[in-house]
Amino acid sequence: MTVTGERLRTGRGLGTSAARPDGVPKVSGTFGFSSDLHADGMVWGHVLRSPHPSARILGVDIGPALAMAGVHAVLTADDVPGTNGFGLEHADQPVFARDVVRFTGEAVAAVAADHPDTARRAAQAIVVHYEPVEPVVDPEAAIVAAPIHPDGNVFRHLVIRHGDIAAEGDVVVEGTYEVGMQDQAFMGPESGLAVPDDVGGVDLYMSTQWLHVDRDQVADCLGLAPEQVRLTLAGVGGAFGAREDVSMQVHICLLALHTGRPVKMVFSREESFLGHVHRHPARMHYRHHATRDGRLVKVEARMLLDGGAYASTSGPVLVNACCFAAGPYHVPNALIEGWAVRTNNPPCGAMRGFGAVQACFGHESQMDRLAAELGLDPVELRLRNAMRTGDCIPTGQVVSGAAPVAELIRTCAAAPLPALDPAPSPMSMPGGSGRAADAGRVRRGVGFAVGFKNLMYSAGFDDFSTARVRLDEGVATVTCAAAEVGQGFVTLAQQIVRDVLGVDEVVVAPAETMTIGSAGSTSASRQTWMSGGAVQGAALAVRARLEAGQTGPIEETYEHHHPPTFPLDDNGQGNAHVSYVFAAHRAVVDVDLDLGLVRVVEIATSQDVGRVLNPVQVVGQIEGGIAQGVGLAVMEEIVLDRGLVRNASFTDYLIPTALDMPTVTVAALIEEPEPGAPFGAKGVGEPPTISSSAAVAAAIRAATGLALPRIPVRPQDIALA
Amino acid sequence: MTFRLTVNGRPRDVEGAWLGESLLYVLRERLGLPGSKNACEQGECGSCSVRLDDRLVCACLVLAAEAQGRSVATVEGLSAGDRTLTDVQQAFLDQGAVQCGFCTPGLVMSVHDLLDRNPAPDELELREAISGNLCRCTGYGRILAAARTVVERRAAATPERELP
Amino acid sequence: MPAAAAPVALPESVDEVLQALADEPEAMILAGGTDLMVEVNAGRRRPVSVVSLTRVRELAGWSRDGDEVVLGACLTYADMERGPLAALVPALGQAARTIGSPQIRAAATIGGNLGTASPAGDTLPVLAALDAVVETAGPQGSRRLLVGDFVTGVKQTALLPGEIVTAVRVPLRRGRQEFLKVGTRNAMVISVVMVAVVVDLDGRTVRAGLGSVAPRPVRARSAEAFAAEHADWRRGAVASPDVVARFGQLCAEATSPIDDHRSTADYRRRAVAVCASRALARVLPPEGVHGDGGPSDE
Repeated sequence: MTVTGERLRTGRGLGTSAARPDGVPKVSGTFGFSSDLHADGMVWGHVLRSPHPSARILGVDIGPALAMAGVHAVLTADDVPGTNGFGLEHADQPVFARDVVRFTGEAVAAVAADHPDTARRAAQAIVVHYEPVEPVVDPEAAIVAAPIHPDGNVFRHLVIRHGDIAAEGDVVVEGTYEVGMQDQAFMGPESGLAVPDDVGGVDLYMSTQWLHVDRDQVADCLGLAPEQVRLTLAGVGGAFGAREDVSMQVHICLLALHTGRPVKMVFSREESFLGHVHRHPARMHYRHHATRDGRLVKVEARMLLDGGAYASTSGPVLVNACCFAAGPYHVPNALIEGWAVRTNNPPCGAMRGFGAVQACFGHESQMDRLAAELGLDPVELRLRNAMRTGDCIPTGQVVSGAAPVAELIRTCAAAPLPALDPAPSPMSMPGGSGRAADAGRVRRGVGFAVGFKNLMYSAGFDDFSTARVRLDEGVATVTCAAAEVGQGFVTLAQQIVRDVLGVDEVVVAPAETMTIGSAGSTSASRQTWMSGGAVQGAALAVRARLEAGQTGPIEETYEHHHPPTFPLDDNGQGNAHVSYVFAAHRAVVDVDLDLGLVRVVEIATSQDVGRVLNPVQVVGQIEGGIAQGVGLAVMEEIVLDRGLVRNASFTDYLIPTALDMPTVTVAALIEEPEPGAPFGAKGVGEPPTISSSAAVAAAIRAATGLALPRIPVRPQDIALA
Repeated sequence: MTFRLTVNGRPRDVEGAWLGESLLYVLRERLGLPGSKNACEQGECGSCSVRLDDRLVCACLVLAAEAQGRSVATVEGLSAGDRTLTDVQQAFLDQGAVQCGFCTPGLVMSVHDLLDRNPAPDELELREAISGNLCRCTGYGRILAAARTVVERRAAATPERELP
Repeated sequence: MPAAAAPVALPESVDEVLQALADEPEAMILAGGTDLMVEVNAGRRRPVSVVSLTRVRELAGWSRDGDEVVLGACLTYADMERGPLAALVPALGQAARTIGSPQIRAAATIGGNLGTASPAGDTLPVLAALDAVVETAGPQGSRRLLVGDFVTGVKQTALLPGEIVTAVRVPLRRGRQEFLKVGTRNAMVISVVMVAVVVDLDGRTVRAGLGSVAPRPVRARSAEAFAAEHADWRRGAVASPDVVARFGQLCAEATSPIDDHRSTADYRRRAVAVCASRALARVLPPEGVHGDGGPSDE
């Protein structure tokens, strides 16, 4: 879309497209990303990873590595002074595997050397005697298989019983759907620098999403007090969930403490694919009951998520997948069962959309199936069932805030359709530069999808953010540990303070653990609400003192909590969430019927935003989120072969290029202020990814007439159907 | 090994390098020029795009020692000498083309390279020209808008050419 | 400069290249670097010495030699994808434009594509279809080999120790040419299948080269013979829809594809049939149809 008019005008406060404070260094190449760090005397770290998805470790001989010139340290599980385990929810993943490895890529040892190539060769020189074990790779089988970890194979089992679970509809449609394993594939690889102090502690400069929880996990593994691990956010090259878990943090700190030198580590792209969590692959079985006139009566669903070898956030992802399994509709009765299980596949955790993406593909596929069964227009069926404020989700929780679902559907569906190009260039047809398309065999299809998810953390988590604002001689300084990962929180923080204090110059201090409390994670579309609220609170407190006549420097710190949430009960009922955000997507695709290649032509979208705080940044989130949804629909998947990753590279894990990304038409940004939200604004980062994949899949179905129960849709799924 | 590169117009001596080091590694780790980014080191992302003798290439796939005697231009050299931004850099800021910024230096180099060769690219030419630069944050929308902005601004700033 | 002491030799003639290789038999031969440096960056290859071809003027550029074009081994894809060479050998230009990114195409060379000899090497089906001849130089002198004989297996060539590719001689043929590539992205993608179809109006032959469907580039000889026999050469070189369809099937039958992480054998066979039919319909358009149903050259 084009951002025009008032809002693009140079502005500085809320509601304007204020400039990013990190913009000039980023276009100039001088912005300091974590991989750009340098310290005098530093050495390079490298991690040795398991080549097996499942194996016993019979012995590790580090001698050949230690003997190499330039090698400063070689560490294994024996060298972990604290807990040999980390994890966001459960510390079930070893820093270094000791007796067994449970996935391809699991860390076994780490090396520090004077050159990255030396470090890599030294890691290769470590001799590990493995005894391979048959991996458990099927998540259904994992439920009943012998445990592959002392904590068992089931991360979470959840049943939601809502209303009359015996209710029946006039019409029943049933389907089984699958979502492949998607990777966040951020551009800036995992990287960091650990600098030992001379009293046993360490300073860690790291690209991460959540500084304080990294710090706590690292300290626990190192056997240090949290204050002895000081974390500073280094420039983050994208995140999308993959930096929420610890990757190299413990390893480089251990190496730094052992060598007494600064240690830098930068993952190669292959290591990045192996070294962070992915989006959970899902198998979903659905049964929708409806009346003849198209009112949903009951949704039954069984959601099975493959969590891979370690827990990460599998539990909360499953809660989300189940809570949102029925979609943003009025559903009086529901029976939803979910499993998140452990396998010897790569660990899965947070990725943009967090369980709602998988669920959306399921419920929206079902809505289309139901529309076909009823002979109804898919958009009309959605309108008839659209959730409104006051409806409840299957957990029994009433949606009390803005829920403009019908308006989203109507505005998105009303966007003009793109014209057919009468003389398409090969570059604009499916397959692009390959020139394989035959215009006579290209069919256009249109698909529609609506999705929703929660904002912020849920189910009883004590979710808060802390910010400090200092006003001194007309210059305000914001201190907050919210991780800027590209989304633009640093811009927003400035906009908020300018508005509240009426000052022009606002400095955003580095995010670090030493100066301020936790801001929580940059995830769950939560920083605008949580850290935006904390910055607002601190600024308001400063303003109050100004208005009371105080002079001189004024400093206030504010901790912002959202209203309490509660865990789900045994029937999956409870007020687990704070707020919800909605979006609708309409996809237009061209499909080469014979080759199965797909060109996404346009995505139109309407999104519930509460209030637009920075128009350009909102559009940036929408376009970028849609790109990830388009990728999941037609090309992105980590291909596994008995637990081995077959495409851990940008050569073979394909993400959309500029020739793959469709035009994005923002049909409407619905500004219905959210009660309780700072400024009335909702987070905007995740909805673009939630229903765009489902819309593209629906459009491909419309073009081909095929059922296509799985994303990504591969060429052979169409051409060989 | 020891060799000399010409980077952004200046001779730069590289000492103690290992033969296998890429131009990207040498720029970033030996010459203090980390603006070219290391996102894949296999030529699949364009984040390390530099000009080598007036051809835009991936610095990760250039053997540094092989580039001796050639002219290397990096993002740091775009506005060398003063602190003003180029029109491409400015348009990236104006249009919101920057999010995490990791792909940005490479894309700025690509857009410059394209517009030097083709001052009025159509939409597909523009997309093809940046198809070797992966961006994971923006979906390319604002980046394409920035490039179009440069085209418009340059056209507006160029007086009609007089016919002979 | 004492050449033997330099870990990177920068010879300026083929003779100097051969001498450098004789001095350093283990040397890595480097041209565009786009294949080799991926291996080096990943730690899969560790050069001890390098002989660079990029300063050798006689390996750069291309020239016309009678009814052939002679492509220097260091000719880049960027030089092939547009301009006069693309007009002379359109399928080669079309193939070049599908390779990697613009940045890759600015560096990568045709000699490198041959030397790497990947089953997915994008120019190889075109060169095979055209019966291009690879010229090599080495300690035993120079040799000429058909592309089909030069590539001996998956990433295997007939190059002898100390030998390099110096040029590729591509016969110019009067008639249409088409290159089609299937990949799951619109740009910068490794091919799942490739089909090159070339018409020789003078010889009244059709030539088909297939890629990514066997260890080496494949010539679909029976499909070629069938098309040559059933095309109507008198009325402006046309093929009927039946001929087009059968040609595709015969091309598919000439393949021996595998399942891998990029696709399946079954899909590859299907895609070859589809692409070969489309290619033939573009180069021998059915009567009354002027090359429609497919992309025209821009």
